[in-house]
Amino acid sequence: MRVRSAGRGGAPGARGPGMADTALFEFLLTEMVAELWARDRDPDPGPRGQKTSLSALEGMGFRVGQALGERLPRELPAFREELDALKFLCKDLWAALFQKQMDSLRTNHQGTYVLQDNSFPLLVRMASGVQYVDEAPKFLAFPCGLLRGALSTLGIRSLVTASVTTLPACKFQVVIQKS
Amino acid sequence: MSRSAPRRTENHKINKDLFVLTYGALVAQLCKDYEKDEDVNKYLDKMGYGIGTRLIEDFLARSCVRRCHSYSEITDIIAQVAFKMYLGITPSVACRNSSRNEFSLILDKNPLVEFVEELPAGRSSLCYCNLLCGIIRGALEMVHLTADVTFLQDRLKGDSVTEIGITFLKKLEEKRYRRKK
Repeated sequence: MRVRSAGRGGAPGARGPGMADTALFEFLLTEMVAELWARDRDPDPGPRGQKTSLSALEGMGFRVGQALGERLPRELPAFREELDALKFLCKDLWAALFQKQMDSLRTNHQGTYVLQDNSFPLLVRMASGVQYVDEAPKFLAFPCGLLRGALSTLGIRSLVTASVTTLPACKFQVVIQKS
Repeated sequence: MSRSAPRRTENHKINKDLFVLTYGALVAQLCKDYEKDEDVNKYLDKMGYGIGTRLIEDFLARSCVRRCHSYSEITDIIAQVAFKMYLGITPSVACRNSSRNEFSLILDKNPLVEFVEELPAGRSSLCYCNLLCGIIRGALEMVHLTADVTFLQDRLKGDSVTEIGITFLKKLEEKRYRRKK
């Protein structure tokens, strides 16, 4: 699909008209999760089939993350350190998308980062508590892709996974892939 | 209306591009999965229907609309309240027949196609925004109104405007809605 390339305009999150109601997006994501899950993408109903649905969602998130990463303004020259790129994700990207920053960023300084959001907006609508923890991974596949896609526009290859302990808090683990 | 989950007092906002680009990724994925345009269109409509049946509750809880007494009022609310709330646009409304059950929503601006210049090659019958038709149809059905909702014109297909047609069919509870003569 030919897409109009967007210039680096003002920060998408800053101006009023650039924001949209979360509800419609959440409903869309929920429907995408439900449909990809129900469909016979892979006749294997077991873990392999699950993996296909999750990777389709993650793949879509990746594409969107790339497009968003290209649209966000950032100071050039490029980040001097990997850590700067991760901080950009936690502060600028997350704030532009969800109007809040990640709550914490930890690293082992060896290419692994853990980003924690104590109240991830896409999970808030699910009842807070532990009952829906099993469902949450399906909803986190897309944001994992988002982060991986955004990082790719910064020239960084990564693997991103997520986990939930107590809704709506979640952690994203980013492992940098050295080429 | 009873509420099942505790509501946030503020309505969260997200980046509009996130929504628009996600929708684009969905359409792209469906185009990969289905060869025929009509299958993609049907799928978008079906997904929209699922969304609409749930969105209506969110809409009614946040919009304080009064009970409507005519199809015309309902269409006005879809255009001026619902579209405004969720997509930030206000399509104009036209009535297409004298029995006053066929209406058009004319979309001057359409955020969903902001990054789309043209339909992909070989996809000339794709109704890119067909999700919207399903949403309207699903939402209406939850308030006991059946309607056909389709795109009558589409700028992406070369038409001069983008027009959604809503045809209200026989209602399930005729007593509640008396048409003005």
